[in-house]
Amino acid sequence: MNAAKENPVNAATRLDACFAALKAEQRPALVTYVTAGDPDFETSLEILQGLPAAGADVIEIGMPFSDPMADGPTIQKAALRALEGGQTMTRTLELVHAFRQQDSQTPLVLMGYYNPIHRYGVARFLADAARAGVDGLIVVDLPPEHDDELCLPAREHGIAFIRLATPTTDAKRLPRVLDNASGFLYCVSVNGITGVRAPDFHDVEGMVGRLRERSRLPVAVGFGIRTAAQAQAIGRFSDAVVVGSALVEAIESAETRHGAVEAVHGLVRELAEGVRRAGNT
Amino acid sequence: MTDLSMQPDAHGMFGRFGGRFVPETLMPLISELQAEYDAARQDSEFQRQLAYFQRDYVGRPSPLYFAERLTEHFGGARIYLKREELNHTGAHKINNCIGQILLAKRMGKTRIIAETGAGMHGVATATVAARFGMPCVVYMGSADIERQQPNVFRMKLLGAEVIPVTTGTGTLKDAMNEALRDWVTNVDDTFYIIGTVAGPHPYPAMVRDFQAVIGRETRTQILEKEGRLPDSLVACIGGGSNAMGLFHPFLGDETVQMIGVEAGGKGVETGLHAASLIGGAPGVLHGNRTYLLQDGDGQIVDAHSISAGLDYPGIGPEHAWLHEQGRVEYVSITDDEALAAFQCCCRQEGIIPALESAHALAEVAKRAPSLPRDHLMVVNLSGRGDKDMMSVAQHLGENVQ
Repeated sequence: MNAAKENPVNAATRLDACFAALKAEQRPALVTYVTAGDPDFETSLEILQGLPAAGADVIEIGMPFSDPMADGPTIQKAALRALEGGQTMTRTLELVHAFRQQDSQTPLVLMGYYNPIHRYGVARFLADAARAGVDGLIVVDLPPEHDDELCLPAREHGIAFIRLATPTTDAKRLPRVLDNASGFLYCVSVNGITGVRAPDFHDVEGMVGRLRERSRLPVAVGFGIRTAAQAQAIGRFSDAVVVGSALVEAIESAETRHGAVEAVHGLVRELAEGVRRAGNT
Repeated sequence: MTDLSMQPDAHGMFGRFGGRFVPETLMPLISELQAEYDAARQDSEFQRQLAYFQRDYVGRPSPLYFAERLTEHFGGARIYLKREELNHTGAHKINNCIGQILLAKRMGKTRIIAETGAGMHGVATATVAARFGMPCVVYMGSADIERQQPNVFRMKLLGAEVIPVTTGTGTLKDAMNEALRDWVTNVDDTFYIIGTVAGPHPYPAMVRDFQAVIGRETRTQILEKEGRLPDSLVACIGGGSNAMGLFHPFLGDETVQMIGVEAGGKGVETGLHAASLIGGAPGVLHGNRTYLLQDGDGQIVDAHSISAGLDYPGIGPEHAWLHEQGRVEYVSITDDEALAAFQCCCRQEGIIPALESAHALAEVAKRAPSLPRDHLMVVNLSGRGDKDMMSVAQHLGENVQ
């Protein structure tokens, strides 16, 4: 691949540039999640390629894992569909690379669990991910206690390690969570798994406020956000809104590959309007 | 030399294995659990309660029985059976459940969850939850529910809600995923009683400590009966709690050989097995780094065993470490070998072992005949086989309906 051609924006700064631009626009970012290779590699690539035009500001791509213990049924099934379709870590990095051929600006974050990375080999993974154009990582089962495993080595490759803060992250623990955090903070809106419980806006606003007091990183809110109205409400007090399960459901319920692409992009357009309305108030 | 009994370190690591690979939501709770467990260990009142329930409720100490007929049958080593199958609920599992529910009570938790494979840990958890008046939810793979009906009914009788897990392959690993999802969702009031020496720190060490009563008793009993330590210890391994419970108090005794028996299913070479150490590779699952059955892409592969209790694609991290240290020898036994040992134990000793324990007995059958008559071998008879009647009958082609 031609590194020189895509070099102008280096990894961690793609995220920084995105959040800086949106700050100037005075609106929150829309972060969209889909699982790599769901329902198959080609469709998945087509979905990804259309996301920026539909209004996604940051793209999260799930690395499928057989045992996703922090995910609800929707994303569990997406991972199985992808794996059955032959998706692997190598193919996921190929997907990122293919996306980067056409889009050198949109920040791209890989999300998942540690074991597939562990198996691939951390050093090899980071080198290949950086080369493919990955900007950040969210690895659900790597708390700060294990920063030596991946978080610190990722920094060496210019890849941000995005930390999750949850309703159980109290004042005593928060500094630990913020140490070594980069890219943005992911505020998990509810205790639980992805795509099940709807967040309580008031509680989430309090959490976001507590994070802002202690960190200058942009704060994204995710888990349980499905509609443009929710995105708008949460976007009023956060820097980014993450939508995942609702998009994955659109893929699951589509009858054709083309239908899946259309359904995801249609929903992203609605959500994008939601975050833009959040900025205008 | 490393002191093998002084593990894990402060981060929950046994060498490079173990750790706390869990979502952030669970980290504060796990830290709290660790602090509470450390305090309980120093608390004489907690220890007094634990001893009381072990004696009067579980029925400890369990006998160390000289298996005279098996010894004659094999014609070599003197074989002793540590009779954990005589415990209340019929297996070693309750040793750990009593300890953990006392901790749950101490922490003010009001709801208990557990995962189960064969159902023995589920039954033991449902039992202590009933005794302490707490609601209990047990996650069990749908495939395991099929093959362990009597235990499902037992749990229901004890007042537990048994939730079938259909995700993945519907076995123990999926039940554990689902229990973790429940825990993340209900983190405020719920205590997760993990049934084996796996999961995030402090579980592997804590479960081991609660099970180490097996090894401590064995030590006292064999000294009484034979005036010396055993030459070898044999135990089956799924996650590895009965083996760790027996082995741990002897780790510092260099003359005591230890053999852990994994489930070889249809044979490790067929790929249809549950032998994580022999047929797996290091990885991270369910909160710890250990040996896992996985493919080249890091996806977890299904385990296969005639015994639902051994049907897990991982193994406790301390076993992974002892394996790499070379302190414990790990071997595997196939379904057919376990079935043969199961029948042998029934006929020679009048004891129906659990299919899990039959794996340990099958290893004894291989080793004992060629060992000298003064070799003292202790086998952990970790559970009784009542629960296995249907599956054994099916494998032997009998119709017991």
